[in-house]
Amino acid sequence: MRILSALLVGLVFGVGIAISGMINPAKVLNFFDVAGTWDPSLIFVMGGALVTTFIGYRVVLKRPGPIVEAEFKLPTNTVIDARLIGGSAVFGLGWGIAGFCPGAAIPALGSGKPDVLAFVAALLAGIWVARAIQTKQAERKVTA
Amino acid sequence: MVGVETEFTPLASLAGGVLIGLSAVLLMVFQGRILGATGILSGLMSGDVPGDKSWRAAMMVGMIAGPLLVLALTGQMPVVEVPISLPMILIGGFIVGIGVTFGSGCTSGHGVCGIARLSPRSIVATLTFMVVAFLTVYIIRHVIGV
Repeated sequence: MRILSALLVGLVFGVGIAISGMINPAKVLNFFDVAGTWDPSLIFVMGGALVTTFIGYRVVLKRPGPIVEAEFKLPTNTVIDARLIGGSAVFGLGWGIAGFCPGAAIPALGSGKPDVLAFVAALLAGIWVARAIQTKQAERKVTA
Repeated sequence: MVGVETEFTPLASLAGGVLIGLSAVLLMVFQGRILGATGILSGLMSGDVPGDKSWRAAMMVGMIAGPLLVLALTGQMPVVEVPISLPMILIGGFIVGIGVTFGSGCTSGHGVCGIARLSPRSIVATLTFMVVAFLTVYIIRHVIGV
């Protein structure tokens, strides 16, 4: 049930990314290029996703719990710090360079394009390095 | 660089956005989690909870099958055009990986799920990466002009 539902969630997400145009870096970069070949389509993607999730979460979170887990596991961290803002800024820089965010690049692998594979490989390398740095920092905090 | 025009697709984009939202709601219904691509990927890479990787892998398979389902239904593969050089793709990918790990999320986790929960962290994160992405494209295309 957990695996089947995850497969279904992934499929709905992947179809959404594909037909929305988020899957296409040329389109995403044009969304950011207000001064040039601007394509405002992505406003509609964000709008559709946000309204659906906003309403859906309010309905779902009234239930006593989810179907395959014991309870809802919502993020509890509320700290707005340099790590959050710095990390997000770095992400924005990479997104502006390549036009892919992680959630768009994964479905794009389905296109079979080597460019996408290259992006995802570099993305995984970046995540790996960042996690290694975080682990080092955490160890240093423990020993200090 | 002058970008190549892409077609304005408000209806398809809205429909796709609704599906993205629906998938986030479905994950909350089934597993009680927010849907974040960063979390899926980094969960797959870390080795903590056994059995935790299999559903993440299943979700990845579903995601990758998404455009193939669109191809099967419409007879057309969705356009994926990466209008930059390979070194830039690799640099961009690596930078995104660093950023989303330290920023604890990306467009799906912060931008959709977090904002839908009115999380101040996610609102700050989303505003930050959107503004920086706009500035980056402006600088690359109109200041440096590559």
